[in-house]
Amino acid sequence: MAAAIPLSLLVLLLLGPGGWCLAEHPRDSLREELVITPLPSGDVAATFQFRTRWDSELQREGVSHYRLFPKALGQLISKYSLRELHLSFTQGFWRTRYWGPPFLQAPSGAELWVWFQDTVTDVDKSWKELSNVLSGIFCASLNFIDSTNTVTPTASFKPLGLANDTDHYFLRYAVLPREVVCTENLTPWKKLLPCSSKAGLSVLLKADRLFHTSYHSQAVHIRPVCRNARCTSISWELRQTLSVVFDAFITGQGKKDWSLFRMFSRTLTEPCPLASESRVYVDITNYNQDNETLEVHPSPTTTYQDVILGTRKTYAIYDLLDSAMINNSRNLNIQLKWKRPPENGYIHYQPAQDRLQPHLLEMLIQLPANSVTKVSIQFERALLKWTEYTPDPNHGFYVRFPVSDGSNYFVRLYTEPLLVNLPTPDFSMPYNVICLTCTVVAVCYGSFYNLLTRTFHIEEPRTGGLAKRLANLIRRARGVPLL
Amino acid sequence: MGLLSDPVRRRALARLVLRLNAPLWALPVAWLERTMRSVGLEVYTQSFSRKLPFPDETHERYMVSGTNVYGILRAPRAASTESLVLTVPCGSDSTNSQAVGLLLALAAHFRGQIYWAKDIIFLVTEHDLLGTEAWLEAYHDVNVTGMQSSPLQGRAGAIQAAVALELSSDVVTSLDVAVEGLNGQLPNLDLLNLFQTFCQKGGLLCTLQGKLQPQDWTSLDGPLQGLQTLLLMVLRQASGRPHGSHGLFLRYRVEALTLRGINSFRQYKYDLVAVGKALEGMFRKLNHLLERLHQSFFLYLLPGLSRFVSIGLYMPAVGFLLLVLGLKALELWMQLHEAGMGLEEPGGAPGPSVPLPPSQGVGLASLVAPLLISQAMGLALYVLPVLGQHVATQHFPVAEAEAVVLTLLAIYAAGLALPHNTHRVVSTQAPDRGWMALKLVALIYLALQLGCIALTNFSLGFLLATSMVPAAALAKPHGPRTLYAALLVLTSPAAMLLGSLFLWRELQEAPLSLAEGWQLFLAALAQGVLEHHTYGALLFPLLSLGLYPCWLLFWNVLFWK
Repeated sequence: MAAAIPLSLLVLLLLGPGGWCLAEHPRDSLREELVITPLPSGDVAATFQFRTRWDSELQREGVSHYRLFPKALGQLISKYSLRELHLSFTQGFWRTRYWGPPFLQAPSGAELWVWFQDTVTDVDKSWKELSNVLSGIFCASLNFIDSTNTVTPTASFKPLGLANDTDHYFLRYAVLPREVVCTENLTPWKKLLPCSSKAGLSVLLKADRLFHTSYHSQAVHIRPVCRNARCTSISWELRQTLSVVFDAFITGQGKKDWSLFRMFSRTLTEPCPLASESRVYVDITNYNQDNETLEVHPSPTTTYQDVILGTRKTYAIYDLLDSAMINNSRNLNIQLKWKRPPENGYIHYQPAQDRLQPHLLEMLIQLPANSVTKVSIQFERALLKWTEYTPDPNHGFYVRFPVSDGSNYFVRLYTEPLLVNLPTPDFSMPYNVICLTCTVVAVCYGSFYNLLTRTFHIEEPRTGGLAKRLANLIRRARGVPLL
Repeated sequence: MGLLSDPVRRRALARLVLRLNAPLWALPVAWLERTMRSVGLEVYTQSFSRKLPFPDETHERYMVSGTNVYGILRAPRAASTESLVLTVPCGSDSTNSQAVGLLLALAAHFRGQIYWAKDIIFLVTEHDLLGTEAWLEAYHDVNVTGMQSSPLQGRAGAIQAAVALELSSDVVTSLDVAVEGLNGQLPNLDLLNLFQTFCQKGGLLCTLQGKLQPQDWTSLDGPLQGLQTLLLMVLRQASGRPHGSHGLFLRYRVEALTLRGINSFRQYKYDLVAVGKALEGMFRKLNHLLERLHQSFFLYLLPGLSRFVSIGLYMPAVGFLLLVLGLKALELWMQLHEAGMGLEEPGGAPGPSVPLPPSQGVGLASLVAPLLISQAMGLALYVLPVLGQHVATQHFPVAEAEAVVLTLLAIYAAGLALPHNTHRVVSTQAPDRGWMALKLVALIYLALQLGCIALTNFSLGFLLATSMVPAAALAKPHGPRTLYAALLVLTSPAAMLLGSLFLWRELQEAPLSLAEGWQLFLAALAQGVLEHHTYGALLFPLLSLGLYPCWLLFWNVLFWK
């Protein structure tokens, strides 16, 4: 008991300065947002974004105390000297033609691209270890990333955050188109949130509703950003995003009406107490020129207009925190500005090496407006080595999808992956052959071995019985040879 | 052809149709698009046009242009890598509109379900198979047949399986299943088994080749009926035509079959709900597939829906037939060798002591002329009818299609005069060895061709082997020549086609009269040429470039002097 009191005092002392510092100078913050967009096709898209910002230089200081920033990711950054990390898990395909341009682009399956610090000496080794660690954190098959599906793009995938130089040697990019996303990937993702799924917007993240959608994409983006206007030091930003598209045809019985409860089977009750900003945006832009008007209920506290992805949009804003915080919404007005690419083309091609590295073809081309551009690549279907076939070879093999980056404002489009059937041997035949051979060997070899190694003696039939035995006894007694 | 048997009247009508160039019945594209969209599909259209090499009198079309409409049901949370196809080919009239209705109803039902893992494409094609061909070529971004079509806007990955639906009347008494595709390709047997399972489950009456399934296999009637069905399948497969629009899917390794609702057995009657249920079951099963259908047989013959003859059982039959050719060739080789020795011995004792090898002794040069001439005849048979149709129509009072068929027959018959032509070219010292060498070459040529055909299209190979092998083995310039000649003519490819037509109608219990048979024969010739040009069917080039020249060689052997 006497020992327990000083110990608890010590704990208090340790905690005290931390809490005091926080009140004085908040070193980390969480902002959560939900954007609900009715899509042109009648479906509804919901995009969650949780941004955790931490004013700490993870690389230099030996950081040991984590508050909002997840420790698992923070340790990754310092251990592998990451500059940026972008990881996305997607199930489904964003139908740009019907749904319009996506807020957050992701290919179907798993995609991972990482910029390492220039202090890293062996990038490939760090990349391999990193993908294995991430595979453990997110319960995904990222450990299948190896040199055969990793590329180093030279023109695309520029760093999204603060970066002094862009030497593409420190960039690694890999995709796993066959990765299936399910609740086992969602749960660890939710655990990274400061409020987990107990309060705030994350209450809506109910797995059975989220996986009842036509499109599901969740992502983790880590990047360094400027801490202040003069950019004297850096902060780390963790952006966790999740987009889902609800099929209005199935969930709404063909009506365009929707409500939070109908989509998520939950309603919002309270903001996350750790969040400094917690908002819901509803896209109320009137696309149709006819007299169809939108009515949102309850009526929004404020509306907001901006040009997003080339179109002017109106958003109704619901602030989950108190109304005094509304004025701070200005800092949401973030627009990524990208320089126009040079007019002349650029083609980078890196041929594949069998079983070592994939093909990489990068083209910088200017597409004319309202035109169809077809890029076709010829390939030959080859027989693989027999150990290289998957357990389901007749399903086909996935060819990774092309990626295209837009220029004027930031758009990245992915096409669907391609399933190619390669010539496949009949794998049931080897099985039959093995079974048959084993049987033949067991039966023939066994009996032959038996015949060859056994020695045979001719045993004379016992005849006579008792009389003979008696006679032999007498003969033995007489010293005469036995019968 | 009955009404249009007068060539002048027919030509006038053909001109009229060409000038109008307006289809009598067009697909209601806008309505279909609207309906599919209201059901909740992604709808796209594809327009195509094709000028046939000559007017198709059976389907009454020449310059064809049409529009395919297709709607894609996107599977939720799938990346559009795999898809299934339900297709309804619409012809020049509204006969298949029942099937379009069923397709739309199924689409509406499927759209409300959440279990789809593969996209489903609902495809309505105009001009039946031509539309399907145009759509498939555009989908796979190839151009095999010179079809002009607009590129497809919407795709859904690799097609795993397809079902074509044809309902000719609103009363469906039974479902007939067609499996024979282009060039005798067959879908995986598991697809057929799937169909049969759902037929039994739903209590539907299913037929194969329009024949009811024999119930009792123990008595004599069952196997006899099975044999009839089997023979019908062999004849259909041998024809190499796509029997339904599923046949064109098979070229792209898409397992497919055609279901035909027929109205012939009055005592059974189903509404479309039963057919729809069977289709829904099939699609749900196909939707659950992880891999393509690959476990079961691709090469089989069907005496009934529940029984099949595997390749291991029927292939030896062809093997033995071809062995006859091989043995005959070996015998000729030995005879040639002996004749060569015998020829050398009397005169050659003081002369060159080294005996020439028999092949050299025969003089290969003497074989070149007949081989070349017969191949040239084959080439002419392949090229001239279509090329020369305009010349023929200018000089004779015939329509284009008729001109093609008559030119075909004329060139074919002209080939029979070949022996008289070649003998002027050939001058050989040893006449006996000449025909033996020629027959040896012809036998090996025939055996190789038949072997290759039997491997790709067993039925065709088997039919050709049973008919051609005996006559080919017997042909020689001695003995009863007229008998041999009659036998050879009877087993020539054209005569075989005529015979097959009679056999086919006999098995279908709709026997032909001679005049009808002749008309059907002419129509079949025109169809064969057309199908080669429009779908890439290989029967016509195979017969004209391969088997006809080979047969001419035997004809040549028979009339060797």
